[in-house]
Amino acid sequence: MAALAWLTAHELGARYRSGEATPTQAVTEYLGRIDALDPRLFAFLTVTREDALRRAAESDARFRAGTPRGPLDGVPIALKDVLCTRGIRTTCGSKILERFVPPYDATVVARLFAAGAILLGKLNMDEFAMGSSTEHSAFFTTRNPWDLARVPGGSSGGAAAVVAAGLAPLSLGTDTGGSIRQPAAFSGVLGMKPTYGRVSRYGLIAFASSLDQVGPFARDAEDAALLLGTIAGPDPMDSTAIDVPVPDYRAALGQGIEGLRLGVPAEYFIEGVDPEVEQAVRTAIATLEKLGARTVPVSLPHTEYGLAAYYVIAPAEASSNLARYDGVKYGLRVPGARDVIDMYSKTRAAGFGTEVKRRVMLGTYVLSAGYYDAYYGQAQKVRTLVRRDFDAAFAQVDLIVAPTTPGVAFKMGEKEDPIQMYLNDIFTIPANLAGLPGVSIPGGFTQAGLPIGLQLIAPAFDEATLLRATHAYQTVTDWHTRKPPFHE
Amino acid sequence: MATPKAKISIQEVDHVARLARLDLSAADKERMRSELDGILTYIDKLRALDTRDVEPTSHAVPVTNVMRDDVERPSLPVADMLANAPDPHREMFRVPKIIEE
Repeated sequence: MAALAWLTAHELGARYRSGEATPTQAVTEYLGRIDALDPRLFAFLTVTREDALRRAAESDARFRAGTPRGPLDGVPIALKDVLCTRGIRTTCGSKILERFVPPYDATVVARLFAAGAILLGKLNMDEFAMGSSTEHSAFFTTRNPWDLARVPGGSSGGAAAVVAAGLAPLSLGTDTGGSIRQPAAFSGVLGMKPTYGRVSRYGLIAFASSLDQVGPFARDAEDAALLLGTIAGPDPMDSTAIDVPVPDYRAALGQGIEGLRLGVPAEYFIEGVDPEVEQAVRTAIATLEKLGARTVPVSLPHTEYGLAAYYVIAPAEASSNLARYDGVKYGLRVPGARDVIDMYSKTRAAGFGTEVKRRVMLGTYVLSAGYYDAYYGQAQKVRTLVRRDFDAAFAQVDLIVAPTTPGVAFKMGEKEDPIQMYLNDIFTIPANLAGLPGVSIPGGFTQAGLPIGLQLIAPAFDEATLLRATHAYQTVTDWHTRKPPFHE
Repeated sequence: MATPKAKISIQEVDHVARLARLDLSAADKERMRSELDGILTYIDKLRALDTRDVEPTSHAVPVTNVMRDDVERPSLPVADMLANAPDPHREMFRVPKIIEE
């Protein structure tokens, strides 16, 4: 039935250029699939139908005139609802921003539009990107396309689910402690967190500013290369987007991985990792060795402290960033307050969900007088230790290979205790603390048919090697081409 | 009331909720106390590390001031910036009373 929906972005672009298909055909087909399937998937918070069809018609005209803008012209994409879109509601998964309509586009959004990409809609997420399942969305929980009783991961759960279910070939998410890589693993797609500073955050609604990074979801390395190449690079509107040259990521693909040194960290193969996950990752490592890579045992001894450091640093930064939601300039305001402080306090209590309140409280506590050095100061020093672990490892190896998560997608409602939920991110957080790029790619399935994520981590600004290794792996495996039973 | 070994008391939760401008119910506060207690107990493992000679990391990649030419540019229109305001008044944001008369 689906003629265009399961094509990659680069395949779609080739059809447009040859005249076999038009952007309007692709967009129409995707909108039809969203209508038919999203009532069971719950991935979209907003579908931008008219806007998509208008942009598709404009793109059609460019192809007819022989003047397409580049490889993403006419390619549909969907965005995590944490990225500001001018004139299009942006909720951040929160009641407090339920009716917020941004007056400007995020830089990454502006770059996608300039490249001719077509927005299909805005995607569900854990409120303010705080969570690992989308269960903390103020609106609904997105389902895992491989098993509708399970979560897709989070916080970019909607962004992972739409690519997995064939409702968009590409999407963008954000990763503060694993929020791209963990849902990519749970949903069986490619998800990349670029280096801290590689991609502009202007117009990204802030969670933890020393950790947040925008990155792509895609089905294969070539699509991820195209999307990253479109959004990466310095931005006058974000001084943390570092002025480092952006290579032609697609050109680096296909060079193979002969002689590449792969570090295998003992601390990521520990008790508590699902045996099926460990087996799949070990098999994937053997596959990479057959492709010419050499494995080297490495040690990242402070891995077990990363989660604790993260749960000081991220809530501390969040408590400061979320101070702006005060019912004055935008967002919800609860009426009937006796004074302005009462208005702030009632608005925030009504507008924020339980997990957001928990983290704002935790962050306020660790920054409060008397506790700052013991918690925040110590966490920042531990962050240095985590970073040094990686520095030492990357003196010996080119990439680190590990599981993305200790387990596979869990059932909705299964992780009620906050710490049990946080433990999902134990293998993704260290790369955030150290600012390093990491990717999760489909690396197998459990007996029950749930996807398993293989994680690769690179030195800062070396996304090209991540993509080259991913491409090599995907040329000899077919995990990334499998479709969930849900899709028809 | 907090148990003797608790990391955080209900009075501290009260204080922090006030700092964070969160109007929590009594039931919310007790639940928050017990959950924060669990998280703080977990975080305590950081104390096991000797960090006396370790510099803190605030950002993973060194971030320095980035300067640009001081050139005038148009701002977003006032009407656009007021469009999301819960209670706009002319070119202002109206708020409940701040200062007693």
